[in-house]
Amino acid sequence: MALTNVEIPQPRTITTQPRRSDKVFRGVVTTGGLSSLVILGLIGFFLARSGFEILRKEGLKFLTSADWSITTDESGNVLESNFGLSAMLVGTILCSIIAVVIAVPISVFSALFLNFYAPPWMKRILVSVIDTMAAFPSILFGIWGFLVLMPSVEYWAKLINKYLGWIPLFEVKPYFFSRSPFVAGVVLAIMIIPIITSVSREVFAQAPLDRIQAAFALGATRWAMIKAVVIPYGRSGVIGGAMLGLGRAMGETVAVYTVLNIVFQVNWQILLGAGGNVASLIILKFGEANLYEINALMAAGLILFLLTLIVNAGANFIVKRTGKSGR
Amino acid sequence: MSIAIPTKPWAISPVDRLRNLGFFLFSILFSYAFVAVTPMKGKLAYAFIFFIAYLVSTSSYSLVKRGIPAAKDSLIKATVALGAVVTLIPITSIIGTVISKGLPGISLNLFTQDMSLATPTDPLNNGGLLHAITGTLTLVFLALIMSVPLGILTALYLTEIKGRFSEPIRFLVQAMSGVPSIVAGLFILSAVLYPITKSFSGLMGALALTILMIPTVARTAEEVLLLIPNDLREAGTALGGTQWRTVAMIVLPAARSGLITAVILGVARIAGETAPLLLLTGGGDKVNPNAFNGSIGSLPYYIWKSFNAGSPEAITRAWAGLLVLLVVVLILFTLARSLSSRKISK
Repeated sequence: MALTNVEIPQPRTITTQPRRSDKVFRGVVTTGGLSSLVILGLIGFFLARSGFEILRKEGLKFLTSADWSITTDESGNVLESNFGLSAMLVGTILCSIIAVVIAVPISVFSALFLNFYAPPWMKRILVSVIDTMAAFPSILFGIWGFLVLMPSVEYWAKLINKYLGWIPLFEVKPYFFSRSPFVAGVVLAIMIIPIITSVSREVFAQAPLDRIQAAFALGATRWAMIKAVVIPYGRSGVIGGAMLGLGRAMGETVAVYTVLNIVFQVNWQILLGAGGNVASLIILKFGEANLYEINALMAAGLILFLLTLIVNAGANFIVKRTGKSGR
Repeated sequence: MSIAIPTKPWAISPVDRLRNLGFFLFSILFSYAFVAVTPMKGKLAYAFIFFIAYLVSTSSYSLVKRGIPAAKDSLIKATVALGAVVTLIPITSIIGTVISKGLPGISLNLFTQDMSLATPTDPLNNGGLLHAITGTLTLVFLALIMSVPLGILTALYLTEIKGRFSEPIRFLVQAMSGVPSIVAGLFILSAVLYPITKSFSGLMGALALTILMIPTVARTAEEVLLLIPNDLREAGTALGGTQWRTVAMIVLPAARSGLITAVILGVARIAGETAPLLLLTGGGDKVNPNAFNGSIGSLPYYIWKSFNAGSPEAITRAWAGLLVLLVVVLILFTLARSLSSRKISK
């Protein structure tokens, strides 16, 4: 047979270029992936645009004054307005710090219990129960907190005031305990316990097994092992989890609004029934606000947005660093 | 000649169990006796004395038997268990109250009537939460349509493309999950409702819920996609599939149940969200089938309205609404759990 008849196949051109379908796919996925960037950017932009006028007029007073008032004439024109957030900001920070101070020890203890002390069957049940609690709607915590929890918390507050009232923080003047920042802090603590617990649990579970076994092999009791291995390893993770909880507590709206008495006056006495909260302020004023005041609420929302963003960013940064420190 | 019989000195023997039970009972008795003798009173006092008694008795036993380190260990064990108990108290109290106070408010007309001809303070046999249930379904459905593609695309970007922006986007998704719900509501208010539509509607509420749902879906979906073994992707590419075909026909089907879990968790996250709905939906009392026009009711809004009305009937309505909402959330959560556990067992 003549070899000349054989058709020699042309070699394919080999390319590393993706096909058109892949280019489209990658384009679509990348666009979708950037949605979080776009949305966060838009939130900042629109809130800043709406609040700009107010922020410019009030200047730094928006953060330092405690007065929130607006007077209009009959046709709805604004005659005089004062917008200051300081009472609300102080209240927000106070409530969330109370929440974190209460929640962190409890969460860390239960995370340690779940990871190192509980038998497996108990651990499985408890983990699913606590995870479910994290998904409870906030209005549920609010109404339960108001109708069920508040009487007992007021009783605890009176006890604290009776025995520790000499500390300025626990002073109560005038003698009025209902709907205090402390109550809101306890409700918030209950809301963030599941979050901090699950973050701490995950961090503790990452503690290197070889070091744990080495500690046991050296004759350590469980507590000695936890102290030598788990806590140094997980410390920064727990701090990050606490900050995540702090961010969540700062942005909580409905639960705080139902249990907190909002007063436009800076109050550092945590047991006194007068507090403030930026998110609750927005709900409180929204119903009766005219367009001008709503712009002020937008500015308040912007401050809240930036505050939670900073706290969350810090928290994520710290959680991610876990494991690089420790012995 | 004797043969060493293997023992398990670390295992808990019946004697140990009995002893633990003994300490437990002793502490209970002691707390009763102590509270009866001293002027202290209340549940708090019982719990406190019980805890102290248990702490002291177990750790002093360990001290006598095994020395100081063991005493410290049992001290910590009791403290740490107390943490878990304290975590569980509110959850049992919440579920208990919702069931006991909500059940009297549950009746058939709750699911067949709306509140257009009733006020929250009316007797309970008048009016129901049909409008709230249909409204919540509408809102969740709309939010689902918008957030699931975006959430899953974000997860795909993070796991399949692994582009230059992976780290920043992962960070931004985390940051987005911390956006307060009220801020999402204000954003929609300033960006869409005031400049464009100028009226309350279901769509506005759904847009705000979308913002809250995307991070949950994206993060859970990312975790699921990371669990898909790389061998599958390599096999797809080795058979000549483009990346698009590999993802669409191999990766996504393999991750299906996990992705459904992600969506369900997202729905559970937004089903009870209240604050943005207060700003955006208007909370109508009538069944509104049109999600794009007119105020629309929802379960959280109904609860909020009834709670603020304040009369005993209204409060019972609020508890009944909370019971329905809680049941919905629990069903969604159980569904998500059973799906995700099946994925692991396979």
